Amino acid sequence: MSVEDVLRTAKSSGDLTSLVEVIPYLRFLGVHVESREGRRVFVMPFAEHLVGNPTLPALHGGTLGGLLESIAHLEQIATAESPRLPKTITLTIDYLRSGKTRDTYAAAKVVKTGRRVTTLQCLAWQEDENAPIASAMVILKVG
Amino acid sequence: MADDETIDLEMMNAALRDFVPHNAALGITLVAASYTPATVTVKMPWNPQLVGNPETQVMHGGAITTVLDATAGASVFLKLRQPAPIATLDLRVDFLGRAPAHKDVFARAECYHHTSSVAFVRAVAYVENPEEPFATASATFALSTRGRAITEQEVRKGLKA
Repeated sequence: MSVEDVLRTAKSSGDLTSLVEVIPYLRFLGVHVESREGRRVFVMPFAEHLVGNPTLPALHGGTLGGLLESIAHLEQIATAESPRLPKTITLTIDYLRSGKTRDTYAAAKVVKTGRRVTTLQCLAWQEDENAPIASAMVILKVG
Repeated sequence: MADDETIDLEMMNAALRDFVPHNAALGITLVAASYTPATVTVKMPWNPQLVGNPETQVMHGGAITTVLDATAGASVFLKLRQPAPIATLDLRVDFLGRAPAHKDVFARAECYHHTSSVAFVRAVAYVENPEEPFATASATFALSTRGRAITEQEVRKGLKA
């Protein structure tokens, strides 16, 4: 099955799992998608290879950047009319708290859809969604 | 660490890679470093696990963001002339293009200024020529954060092990 086919299937079924499974980097991070109270939430379970600061210890900031960029792509695919893999133009990450050695949750929201460019706001949290550990503005080329 | 001539690349490489599990998982290794200007160049070898688009085999932007963040952080240590607990505050990455498939990626960062509390870094990711990057980044780091830096003794012990 081609990526296009997987995209179409994922979109028509509303389940992104098959798409997450064909993207090697998402498997490397261990990301999966869950539905919580009718809302799409992405999960990056804690794993030793995600650690960036062994003395605190804390997650590598890059893993949070990678997670937030990935979920912007996935959310765009899930909500766009014509599914295709978008390309990131710009990613701006604010690191708000250190990522502890526990599971991380993330969600993305489309802020503006354009013909060629879509902007999303993404948030990552651990214990409490109201105390996010990182937020990102992601600008995608979609056309 | 003292003068440019005495940068111990092996020590620095061990601190960057062996003590940072995620850098090790990405296979990041130090290529070059200098104090003035405070620059670091690292290599991230091609790895099919990091692919973001299975059709084009282009590496995922997340891996590029990570190598830029890691390199930027290392350049702060050179500017400060010592490892210190730091934390990325903000990181912006602009993708001018994509890294070609099956190619090793390099990242080069320069910490060009710091105050008592913040360090400022610009960085590029490229394949052959740093003057022709496929991604550019700017980052700020908080200095004197919680936690502690890895000591030289720990790195030396790790090197012997």
